[in-house]
Amino acid sequence: MAKIVVDVMLKPEILDPQGKAVAAALPRLGFTFATDVRQGKRFEITVDGEPTAAQLAEVEIAAEKLLSNPVIENYVVRVEK
Amino acid sequence: MKIGVVTFPGTLDDRDAARAVRYAGGEAVALWHDDADLKGVDAVILPGGFSYGDYLRCGAISRFSPVMEPLIAAAKGGMPLLGICNGFQVLAEAHLIPGALTRNHELHFLCRDQKLTIENTDTAWTSSYSKGQEILIPLKNGEGAYMCDDETLAMLEGEGRIIARYVGENPNGSRNLIAGITNERGNIVGLMPHPEHAIDSLTGPSADGLGFFTSVLKAMVK
Repeated sequence: MAKIVVDVMLKPEILDPQGKAVAAALPRLGFTFATDVRQGKRFEITVDGEPTAAQLAEVEIAAEKLLSNPVIENYVVRVEK
Repeated sequence: MKIGVVTFPGTLDDRDAARAVRYAGGEAVALWHDDADLKGVDAVILPGGFSYGDYLRCGAISRFSPVMEPLIAAAKGGMPLLGICNGFQVLAEAHLIPGALTRNHELHFLCRDQKLTIENTDTAWTSSYSKGQEILIPLKNGEGAYMCDDETLAMLEGEGRIIARYVGENPNGSRNLIAGITNERGNIVGLMPHPEHAIDSLTGPSADGLGFFTSVLKAMVK
């Protein structure tokens, strides 16, 4: 069974206070590798069988209308085996 | 004059909004999110709260409630519509006003009395104020940072569509200290702070918020 994954991220120019808070917490645990952290959302959508092109096209519309707010966020739709 | 107040699951401030309508001399009509019926009201308020638990994004699920379809059509036709706090977020999600509300820049949930200046008195909801008037009303939100791109910001500034700005230090990271904006026509207003909690100095920090509700009653008489 395949999963359709939609990753939603704040646009690069939008301030991400949650990501900044995570970035500030990492050094407190001794992790010094991060120069920046951005936090986003991941949707896993299950469909029967292999996703069809028509289903993927509908997911694109759903991602634009509901899963993301195009004013502040970008999204990527992909299929995960 | 009938003013509808919408209740979504998780709305908190519908009773105070209805009370403010009555204080101003209007008739408050309860509207239900799951009922695509505006019950013949002359204006609508989307009150504050945490509709649908703020799941997905604040206002993102409420925006597709059955009541929103006739409401969006009526507002596009010129009916006065005020979105307060979570209601402002619903207006932004419905793209009835430009921009979006995001997490406060310091991540704190704020709850305090906030000074604002009223900058546009030509809207359906602000005509009772004078331009530049300072008012004190409660501000209580976690996602009140008004965001938009540079082009939209320049347009809002250029067209005088910022109706209220925070006074003093920026409480939440909103661009250009924006507390409220209006659409091009001036019938739709989104406001982050809460005028409905400041209509009587016995129960609020001032009675400064009442003007939003008296304004719309005046606008409807015209």
